[in-house]
Amino acid sequence: MIANSPAVETPPGGGPADAALEFRQVCKSFGAGPKRTAALKNVTFQVQPGVVTGLIGPDGAGKTTLMRLATGLLAPDAGQVVVLGRDATHDALAVQAALGYMPQRFGLYEDLTVAENLNLYADLQGVGRAERRVRFDELMGMTGLAPFMRRLAGRLSGGMKQKLGLACTLVRSPQVLLLDEPTVGVDPVSRRELWAIVYRLVAQQGMSVLLSTLYLDEAERCHEVIILHEGAVLAQGAPASFSARLQGRTYVAPVPATQRRDVQARLAVAPGVVDAVIQGDNVRLVVDGDLSPAQWVRLRESAAAAFEPVPPRFEDSFIALLQSRRPPAAGGAAGGAQADIRRGPGRHNDQTAIVVRDVSRRFGEFIAVHEVSFDVKRGEVFGLLGANGAGKTTMFRMLCGLLPPSEGNLTVAGVDVRRAAAAARGRLGYMSQKFSLYGHLSVWQNLQFFSRAYGLAGKRRAARLAWALGQFELADLVDATSADLPLGYKQRLALACALMHEPDILFLDEPTSGVDPLARREFWRRINELSRDNVTVLVTTHFMEEAEYCDRLAIMANGQILALGPPEEVKDRARPAGGVRPGMEDAFIFLIEGGRQATPGS
Amino acid sequence: MNPPAFENTSQHAPRGGAGQRLRGLIRKEFLQIVRDPSSIAIAFVMPVVLLLLFGYGLSLDAEHVPLAVVVEEPDADTASFVAAFQHSRYFAPVAMANMAEAEQALQARRVNGIVHLRENFARQRRSAGGAPVQIILNGVDANTARLVQGYVTGAWETWLAHEAQGDAATPHPPVVVEERVWFNSELRSRDFLVPGLIAVIMTLIGALLTAMVMAREWERGTLEALLVTPVAIQEILLGKLIPYFILGTGGMILSVVAAVGLFEIPLRGSLLVLFTASSLFLLAALGMGLLISILAKNQFVAGQVAIIVTFLPAFILSGFIFDIASMPGPIQFITHFIPARYFVAILQTVFLAGDVPGVIVPNGAALLVMAAFFLGLNRLKSRKRLG
Amino acid sequence: MWQRILALIAKEFLALLKDPRSRFVIVVPPLVQLLVFGYAATYDLNDIPYAVYNEDPGADARELLAGFRLSRHFRESARVLHDAEIAPLIDNRTVLVVVHIGPRFSRDLATGAPARVQVLVDGRDSNTALLALGYVRSVVNRFNVETAARLGQPRPPAQLETRPWFNPNLESRWFIVPGMVALLTLVVTMLVTALSVAREREQGTFDQLLVTPFRPVEILLGKALPGFIIGATESSAICLAAVLWFKVPLLGSLLTLYTGITLFLVSAIGVGLMISSLAVTQQQGLLGAFLFLVPAIILSGFATPIANMPPILQKLTLINPVRYFMVILRGVFLEGTPFHLLIDQFWPMAVIGAVNLAGAAWLFRRRLY
Repeated sequence: MIANSPAVETPPGGGPADAALEFRQVCKSFGAGPKRTAALKNVTFQVQPGVVTGLIGPDGAGKTTLMRLATGLLAPDAGQVVVLGRDATHDALAVQAALGYMPQRFGLYEDLTVAENLNLYADLQGVGRAERRVRFDELMGMTGLAPFMRRLAGRLSGGMKQKLGLACTLVRSPQVLLLDEPTVGVDPVSRRELWAIVYRLVAQQGMSVLLSTLYLDEAERCHEVIILHEGAVLAQGAPASFSARLQGRTYVAPVPATQRRDVQARLAVAPGVVDAVIQGDNVRLVVDGDLSPAQWVRLRESAAAAFEPVPPRFEDSFIALLQSRRPPAAGGAAGGAQADIRRGPGRHNDQTAIVVRDVSRRFGEFIAVHEVSFDVKRGEVFGLLGANGAGKTTMFRMLCGLLPPSEGNLTVAGVDVRRAAAAARGRLGYMSQKFSLYGHLSVWQNLQFFSRAYGLAGKRRAARLAWALGQFELADLVDATSADLPLGYKQRLALACALMHEPDILFLDEPTSGVDPLARREFWRRINELSRDNVTVLVTTHFMEEAEYCDRLAIMANGQILALGPPEEVKDRARPAGGVRPGMEDAFIFLIEGGRQATPGS
Repeated sequence: MNPPAFENTSQHAPRGGAGQRLRGLIRKEFLQIVRDPSSIAIAFVMPVVLLLLFGYGLSLDAEHVPLAVVVEEPDADTASFVAAFQHSRYFAPVAMANMAEAEQALQARRVNGIVHLRENFARQRRSAGGAPVQIILNGVDANTARLVQGYVTGAWETWLAHEAQGDAATPHPPVVVEERVWFNSELRSRDFLVPGLIAVIMTLIGALLTAMVMAREWERGTLEALLVTPVAIQEILLGKLIPYFILGTGGMILSVVAAVGLFEIPLRGSLLVLFTASSLFLLAALGMGLLISILAKNQFVAGQVAIIVTFLPAFILSGFIFDIASMPGPIQFITHFIPARYFVAILQTVFLAGDVPGVIVPNGAALLVMAAFFLGLNRLKSRKRLG
Repeated sequence: MWQRILALIAKEFLALLKDPRSRFVIVVPPLVQLLVFGYAATYDLNDIPYAVYNEDPGADARELLAGFRLSRHFRESARVLHDAEIAPLIDNRTVLVVVHIGPRFSRDLATGAPARVQVLVDGRDSNTALLALGYVRSVVNRFNVETAARLGQPRPPAQLETRPWFNPNLESRWFIVPGMVALLTLVVTMLVTALSVAREREQGTFDQLLVTPFRPVEILLGKALPGFIIGATESSAICLAAVLWFKVPLLGSLLTLYTGITLFLVSAIGVGLMISSLAVTQQQGLLGAFLFLVPAIILSGFATPIANMPPILQKLTLINPVRYFMVILRGVFLEGTPFHLLIDQFWPMAVIGAVNLAGAAWLFRRRLY
């Protein structure tokens, strides 16, 4: 464990007037009476001008509240927010005139065209007719939206909407740009484009940018990061300065693909290990600073591989920082011990769980999925990846039986889900993107409902309910209203409900979107265990590093499968001749862009 | 790197000013209205449909009321009595053989009443005491029963007058009532229902539409993006009010045209008064809708609240169909807080009576106060702040 | 299968009762409407403001006017001395009726010539005007009978003995309150059922339901039964309030009443679920419910008689389940109508209910995907 976390650094040098944005001992609470909760506690920091500052923190840390305070949309309970030397609360109009803000869900008018949205914001920002034309050309060039000026904003893809939102924020160049999770729910290609725009703005116009994100690789691209946790600033500094603290504590171990997940699972719970993840062909390890030689030996044994030191990255230090603030989880250790005992026999038997043959789906003229075929074997973790609008959601819904295919055959667990008797659906588990729970019902009532919905009764039902409470550490929350749960717990509860009846096949639709990295690690640990118990898992995700946990994956674009196979194979398809194997994200972008060129007019 | 100083911005501070911002907002609102079929439907289709439905469906005029006529001993005298009913447009008499049959018909709701002439009608009719005629009415629908009772009395009076003319021995009643009904001499219920209906419909358009559109901006997050632009809060409010005021006025014109053209309601007052009063009312209704959506921030809740607090009171407590003066005191007091009450009074007067200052001025003033109250409250309740 | 449906019903109730919004929808509108309709919705006229314009100094005129003063329906609010004063009184709605007795009234009465009383009525509200005229006539008739007796004249050759059945005092409330049972039950069941599927669609839990072993029929039943239970509770409560609070007599049998309630609920739930299966968002559900409710209430005979409508609209009311339920309610409450006389009202509701439920089930299957 890290002995002491980095202290909150006082802003280095320079008068406060230099800062683009400054928070001075800001407190903010919401609600009233006993339900009153503090969103921000005594927050103090400065954002340097002319650079990109990242605001990093798990879901519910207070990032959005902080952004809204900076825009003057919320008033602090105590303390002061200063933007470009002006008080954001009392001088809100002046501050708003110099500021650009893109909320998490940017308010595009979906029934207006791209051009009409831009014109509206130009009117509101007081941009004259003449300068407007020049500015629009510039923005459209930058965002690549020029061909879509007449399209309704509601009919753009998710990534394009984000870019249009950014363009609307930029109609009159602001001096300070606030972006609230601009890349959530956006595919890697669009994400990269958004970043390119942000960099350009900083380089060309000296704009000061504060950007909040859940993606830790994005943090590394910032000049400085502020880590927010439970409403307080944990640390601030250059990403490299964080990584520096972990110098000499990060390693990789090359492990053959077939054992990688098992090794990672064992290492993750081993004593002295802060973090263990799969990274490409290796298992990446972050260890305690004061690891004893005996512990080293044990680690090497359980990995059955050599450790190679590697330079630390921001994610390592972030996880280390969060782990240090967390009481050691009992459940985690127990799960690990279990994993060791239950080394699944016959994990890769050749039984096929899902068969997809020449499946197409049309919506009117639009072909969402075009003649797709693939198989998923029993006990396999199968990933479905693709850019926004690639057709993976349509494919996913067809697999769950929520949507009939227009053509082709589709069997799950040997039966046609659409025609199968209700009993056949009892072998499936499903967890949707929104963690669909009955929000007004308590945790216990949700669990009860789903246990009865799957026809569990008597001792088995009692046993499964007890299992759900224990395995997902929900026992203390049985009476909590599920809508009020933090996102991480909602995800756990949703997974508990989906696994209530011990399904053979589990469908997961973006199961980790919006969830913080620790919760994501825990989630994948559970998926790993399921797969060892021969449960087939089909998962969609936007996180490319999660694709590494899959046995096989399919990358979709324009309704077709671009690449299909184990992660190594997919990455190899993007490997330049004689070059090194690229990371999953690079491979993904390479394949998608290749696909885009191959099918013009998309 | 030199941090850009704040002063730079004031040079390119917003140039177009409030006018440009407001125009932009209004243009946006109209584009949305045009593209969203549901708001067009609420603004233009709904008034017409409701007007047709209510205008034809709601009628208090009973005509051709089926009456069972039981004559125990038919002769010339009974025939002349029954003829008075046969000639009235209010009745559709059905001859029945005996009371048992007639009572059965009454129970089965085939007839609304029974006229019973007993055996010795002809003899008793010439006696000093006169012949008693038994009238049985189905009193379940008290209002209709009372109207039918009035019509029966009318038919009876007609018969008396007729008999007095033909036979000097038959006395005429000492006092004769000469009725003169002003403004609506035929007493068509439609003439008073349709103007009131316009008030109900305008309440719906005004409040429901604005309640939904403002809440939509909250729900879709578009308001958050608007709020951080240099736009002032009163510009956002005006940007909503003006388009829907125009839309509402359109609906109003449509309703008035339908009332005059289709239902042949006379418009005795001036268009100027009509327009002024409806503008004031629209402002109050729009203000109410905006307030609901500012407080509700959610289309679903706003829609429900708008229906409960605007439509139902406008329907029941405005005097549109139920007479306010006959309601219990506490409920009469509540009606004073309902803008539709004042508008209904003005509409019924402007359509049927004309520009009567004694009705229009106080009710118009009340509307003005309510409009100012709701709009002022909107201004107070909306800040450029969230939460 | 029944265990699963029970689970659905339990969940549905929990969701309805724990959500402050839907709790509000179930409790507040019926309560408000019960009070408002019960007290405000009345056609009864009392306190008709009238003005007297008496040009006759005689005792007969004073006696006639005393008849008005003593009537509980009239309230004298102005005295007119001049022709010119009449118009403003009526125009400004100060009075509804002006009773004008001309200077020759006593003389005509004494000589046996018809003595005329001019009655001016504000006809803007035609219903009120008609009722006011009726009251004026009855005051004058009473005076006539007394005068004829005093003058020793024979009575008119025929007198009317009017007896309203079922509602002897002709109280509007007896008519309106039983109608409210239909109205409020309809509103609540519609809101509960029409929004239930849309709400789940919006929250994403509907997909979750579809991948569980539930069959569409089970989901449909799971949605219909809570609506039925809530509707039955609601209508029982209102019937109770009608009898105990508003003192409306309940003459018929409870069996007849509950047969009507059951059939009506089935047809209302059918419509609600039909809307529900069409609506994607709660807002559409709300709009759909509203678009059904308004015509259904107007064309039900609740406020104005169906017989007064144009023939085409009268035909249209035949597909409106509320129309039949109105007849049943009023029949059972006020007339004590026996079961067999209401069969003609029962079967159309059963047919409407069956058609709607089948339609909802069909739509439900189609819109599942």
